[in-house]
Amino acid sequence: MNASFAELSARERLAAVVDAGSFHEWLPPSERVMSPHLAQLGVPAAFDDGVAIGRATLAGRVIFVAAQEGEFMGGGVGEVHGAKLAGLLRRALRDRPAAVVLLAESGGVRLHEANAGLIAVSEVMRALLDVRAAGIPTIVLIGGANGCFGGMGIVARCADTVVMSDIARHAMSGPEVIESAHGAGEFDSRDRALVWRTTGGKHRWLTGDCDELVEDDPDAFRAAAIAALAAHGPLTLAALQQESALLQRRADVDGDNADAFELWSRLGVDDARAVPDLDADAVRARRPVAMAPLATGGA
Amino acid sequence: MTTVADSPWTRQRGNRAARLARASALAGVRAKTVEAGAIVALLEALIEPGDRVCLEGDNQKQADFLARALTQVAPARVHDLHMVQSVLSLPEHLDVFELGIASRLDFSFSGPQAARLAQLLGQGKLQIGAIHTYLELFGRYFIDLTPKVSLIAAQAADAQGNLYTGPNTEDTPAIVEATAFKSGIVVAQVNEIVDRLPRVDIPADWVDFVVKAPQPAFIEPLFTRDPAQISEIQVLMAMMAIKGIYAEYGVQSLNHGIGFDTAAIELLLPTYGERLGLKGKICRHWALNPHPALIPAIEAGWVESVHSFGSELGMEDYIRARPDVFFTGADGSLRSNRAFCQAAGHYACDLFIGSTLQMDMQGNSSTATLGRIAGFGGAPNMGADARGRRHASEAWLKAGREARSGLSGARGTPRGQKLVVQMVETFREHMQPAFVETLDAWKLAEQAKLALPPIMIYGDDVTHVLTEEGIANLLLCRDDEEREQAIRGVAGFTPAGQWRDRAMVERLRQRGVIRRPADLGIDPRDATRNLLAARTMRDLVRASGGLYQPPRRFRNW
Amino acid sequence: MAGMETLHYAFDGGRALPPFAPALVGVVASGNLEVLVEPAAGTGCRIDVDTSARGFGPIWEAVLRDFHARHGLGGLVVSIHDMGATPAVVSLRLDQAISAIGGATP
Repeated sequence: MNASFAELSARERLAAVVDAGSFHEWLPPSERVMSPHLAQLGVPAAFDDGVAIGRATLAGRVIFVAAQEGEFMGGGVGEVHGAKLAGLLRRALRDRPAAVVLLAESGGVRLHEANAGLIAVSEVMRALLDVRAAGIPTIVLIGGANGCFGGMGIVARCADTVVMSDIARHAMSGPEVIESAHGAGEFDSRDRALVWRTTGGKHRWLTGDCDELVEDDPDAFRAAAIAALAAHGPLTLAALQQESALLQRRADVDGDNADAFELWSRLGVDDARAVPDLDADAVRARRPVAMAPLATGGA
Repeated sequence: MTTVADSPWTRQRGNRAARLARASALAGVRAKTVEAGAIVALLEALIEPGDRVCLEGDNQKQADFLARALTQVAPARVHDLHMVQSVLSLPEHLDVFELGIASRLDFSFSGPQAARLAQLLGQGKLQIGAIHTYLELFGRYFIDLTPKVSLIAAQAADAQGNLYTGPNTEDTPAIVEATAFKSGIVVAQVNEIVDRLPRVDIPADWVDFVVKAPQPAFIEPLFTRDPAQISEIQVLMAMMAIKGIYAEYGVQSLNHGIGFDTAAIELLLPTYGERLGLKGKICRHWALNPHPALIPAIEAGWVESVHSFGSELGMEDYIRARPDVFFTGADGSLRSNRAFCQAAGHYACDLFIGSTLQMDMQGNSSTATLGRIAGFGGAPNMGADARGRRHASEAWLKAGREARSGLSGARGTPRGQKLVVQMVETFREHMQPAFVETLDAWKLAEQAKLALPPIMIYGDDVTHVLTEEGIANLLLCRDDEEREQAIRGVAGFTPAGQWRDRAMVERLRQRGVIRRPADLGIDPRDATRNLLAARTMRDLVRASGGLYQPPRRFRNW
Repeated sequence: MAGMETLHYAFDGGRALPPFAPALVGVVASGNLEVLVEPAAGTGCRIDVDTSARGFGPIWEAVLRDFHARHGLGGLVVSIHDMGATPAVVSLRLDQAISAIGGATP
């Protein structure tokens, strides 16, 4: 049986994606750059505040990389965690690596840290957009069981390329939040099949919100990151127009907020009901052409 | 001349005829068929005060429509019922006591209603006759707890009243046999009425009334364990079980109590077990519900047969596709039978392994805690030596030899012994020690005025205690003191474990009474989740070739 | 106010390992812990524990004493952030950490 990307810790995933042994960590655990807030709340801190950052190579090219640990505080971004990400991105503006790769698994802002967390996430967003503006590819890999939500969901969508496995989820509001706000009739968060077809990798792929869909396999993520790096080119007017057409098409067919099965069918996916049980390769083949963003980053 | 009704020897028959006459006079009742809207009136016509009523609350299948209807009868007409049932699962099962409809209870398991049951008992709203193990309760249905009226659940009925109980046949045959053949009355709720049943599980002759329930009967998926929740410690303990006990004794036939630790064993057979060269040598015949976690082992050719107490949601198509392994009818669906599976588990299995919440220094274990009366289920039967067993197997003979070594007289007469293994982590959630000097069961017995503390499995029957610290082989203990120290020796850092006599524990280790992972050639650092043949629910689905369809709550893709 | 409990232990007379880079194992999550092992001067083994599960000092002492008896290493400091792991998990992580810095199997 293959290794599972989702099973691995953040550090193990990072090691599996980059070239073997090439990772050099900045602000490693032994430097104890930790959250100043958690102790007061009786919550244990982590030596790396839940994110490992540093420099590595990917297929021989120098990249900057970060990996969020989803098991620590749900991957929530606190002050220090966010500062490490923002700092990594700002350093990329100075050092101009071949890409910045982010292994994202997060519920968004770490609520324990309140405003400090909110500010941290917005600084990460701004820094990431600056990196994009400087023409440095930004690649996000989403493959953890907790998914990528909240402010980090927005950060991820701001990147050039998003790679997801079908276990992964990517959205802004979490399922329980939607249910609390709008009722179980609108969205039953315990209906896990519904949650995954609304926020999961297959849905994002079919509707044009993710650039590559892979199996839950570290080798597949590595290959997708390498391909994204190789395929990256500057943002063009044609790509923006394609994106606009894609969004318009989605809006046109989805006027009544239909269930995902209905939406996929309307977009032209054959046998939409079979999708949840297909593997990643089979689902990749089913994406309608109109939902494929013109390549700026992904395959 | 005395008529049937007058004869002192046929009173039950006469009484049965009178009840049936009252029922057939009701609007909404035509021969055996009852309209859903007439169900309360039917029960009021059929049931008399003081009756013994069996309400089918099996472990999984629940006659929920009939349970609800029973709570709606007028207590003035129907009261002081004596409820006999396997499981108290639904709120309605206790509502009947609060409403003054029932007053006495005999049962086996009450996990889902454990707290409320304790409350009601404390408030004097019900009396408990006894808490049983399943097979014992079924046995009493034929001795002194015969139901007068049984309210059962089936999947389908035909026009004659034959019933199909399908994969979740469970307790129904035992209940109906006892009731129907002692002038009792059987009322069945079904999900559908069809022209032709897939197969006949209960003949129409044994069934008096059939009602189509507005909603399908409730079935709980109790035996599905998400492999993603299995911890490294559980993998370690599973490795020790396989190498230190299953391989050591050559266990051919067995039952696993449900849990993540036993799921870990099931998932380690095709990987770790394979590496040890054990395929074909152990674990060939199972008394087991259709655990999804067994799929990889079945697919890898480990399993020759599985007989089941009940079914498991999502496993239906997989079972249909594996009739060489499971017990299935000519229609292709599973036939489960709790009574027979319990008998099989008692007499025909070399080994039982399960977990517990608490164990004392004699090896007695209990899941009873204060404020909760959870009952026993099948564990006392599965986890007891089968003293009536006579057929030999390698494992049974070896355990028997170890137990009787050095004994003489009656106690030393050569015989086999069933391996009864209690597998438990030394600390439970919230750092509660699993090993204690005195079981909570004693306090519960006082509180609930029970004749005996509710001990699930007696230390006398336990042959091995397996924790993350190692295996204590109680068969090799020569007296109570050795037994106590053997248990303390694997109780780790719990207070009970820290009280060990270190010198004695070391001597027990030298003798092989206690074996640590290292003594078994196992390095705890090798106990990783990568050893599991399936690490996620999706892995199980893939292992089954897409045949297994997990219930919704387990899906994450 | 609820808070963390901090515990400190020091054991003597260990044997030094070849020079090693700091190593981290585990994750701070419910029922789990992270363990950072770093070189230190001298032959002692110092262990610092920050835990959210308060009141288990005596058990920590017994577990760590056993750990030291098992490996007998000196010249290191072990720092732990714990979130209610059982002794079984603590011992496992400690052993994994020693593996990570090249310590031999006990």
